[in-house]
Amino acid sequence: MDDRDHVITAKNLSRADIETVLDRAAAIERDPPDRDRHAGRLLGLCFFEPSTRTRMSFEAAIKRLGGDALDMGPVDSSSATKGESLADTVRVIEGYADALVLRHPSEGAATMASEFVDVPLLNAGDGAGQHPTQTLLDLYTMRENAGGLADLTVGIMGDLKYGRTVHSLAYALTKFDASQHFVSPESLRLPRSVRYDLHEAGAQVREHDDLDEVLSELDVLYVTRIQRERFPDENEYRAVAGEYRIDAETLERARDECIVMHPLPRVDEIAPAVDATEHAHYFEQAHNGVPVRMALLDLLLDDTDGEEAADATDDSANGGSR
Amino acid sequence: MSERDDHELRISKIQDGTVIDHIAGGHAPDVLAILGIDGSTDEVVSVGMNVPSDRLGHKDVVKIEGRELSQDEVDVISLIAPAASINIIREYGVAEKHRVERPAVVEGVLSCPNHDCITTDGEPVTSRFEVLDDGVRCAYCETILRENLTEHISV
Ligand SMILES: [Zn+2]
Repeated sequence: MDDRDHVITAKNLSRADIETVLDRAAAIERDPPDRDRHAGRLLGLCFFEPSTRTRMSFEAAIKRLGGDALDMGPVDSSSATKGESLADTVRVIEGYADALVLRHPSEGAATMASEFVDVPLLNAGDGAGQHPTQTLLDLYTMRENAGGLADLTVGIMGDLKYGRTVHSLAYALTKFDASQHFVSPESLRLPRSVRYDLHEAGAQVREHDDLDEVLSELDVLYVTRIQRERFPDENEYRAVAGEYRIDAETLERARDECIVMHPLPRVDEIAPAVDATEHAHYFEQAHNGVPVRMALLDLLLDDTDGEEAADATDDSANGGSR
Repeated sequence: MSERDDHELRISKIQDGTVIDHIAGGHAPDVLAILGIDGSTDEVVSVGMNVPSDRLGHKDVVKIEGRELSQDEVDVISLIAPAASINIIREYGVAEKHRVERPAVVEGVLSCPNHDCITTDGEPVTSRFEVLDDGVRCAYCETILRENLTEHISV
């Protein structure tokens, strides 16, 4: 992967990069790697914002590769609250770990942090910015369940303005010539910077305020949560959220093959009755976080494993890392 | 009326310094803001506003005595005055003449308007903006800024 092996934004992932990761994830699922594949490697988890699932899936991924995770702990007990800069924190933790995972409430945090460290840095969400590893697992789920990634028709519904998973996914889908339909209330449409990139990339994009305008064409319906705190008024939130909620009846108007995805956690934008339908793929999508993050870590750690692992394990039979 | 006549009629020649010509009419104050000229410095500055011009209809002209602009300053001027020409004056003559060129990137000049941007958090980082055809874009949070660039100048 380019960009000094940091994974900051889906924009910097080429179609070939994405396919490499997804192929490796598929291989890992078919044939799980040896439990000591990356023995002794440490992943530093720097979560300045709580995200139990993302943190746990990275932790599961490194442990299943034989490595271990170092967690800086909840942010209120970390040095960040003592006024230490993010730049200093990542430089310190870089000294303990072979790769870093960063979740931070400020946009651009991962880009900045990557300028201060030499080990691979993975962006696990920066404010309303980007969340590229989520995008990789989203694409993996689509590839496995929607018959590949080429020429898909994808509907993305909900909070398109603040939803970082949406921004990352939209960039990545342009690399596969997907036709993208964005469904949201007027106030939560895509931000200017994402529109700019989609336009530059020549993406096929349409915007709708009603899902029914496009539902019957979709191969994938990607639903996101509309957050109450984005609305000054509770009634306004209820009115909007209610219109972007799907249930089993809604999906009767969808193609039989249409898969429904959601980055989770959901609140009530997907009715529980949808879970039992053939459309539901969001739990599988969440589970895919582990093999996809294993694949990514495997690729990133491989680059540096070669000599170091051989040095560190020269008494063992498997001097190399493979 | 030729451009040459404008100069001679309206603003006297300077011995050493910089003449910024062909600023779009009314934008001289923005150029002064970029250069940090607010009346508190002791530079001698002459400003012509809404001077008739063949090329622009009306243009502004700024002459600064005793100061040659740096490339960084010229780069930022290009963002708000893309048609400007910059003459470096030495001993009453034009020593160098530049058309401004929009740079690919401007660093440390604008501050990001997005309050959630990491560059506004007190981190040891210099702001960096990619220059687009019709605006600039924060290299960190990707916010696009098209209007009122001068309000975000941080030099
Ligand atoms: Zn910014």
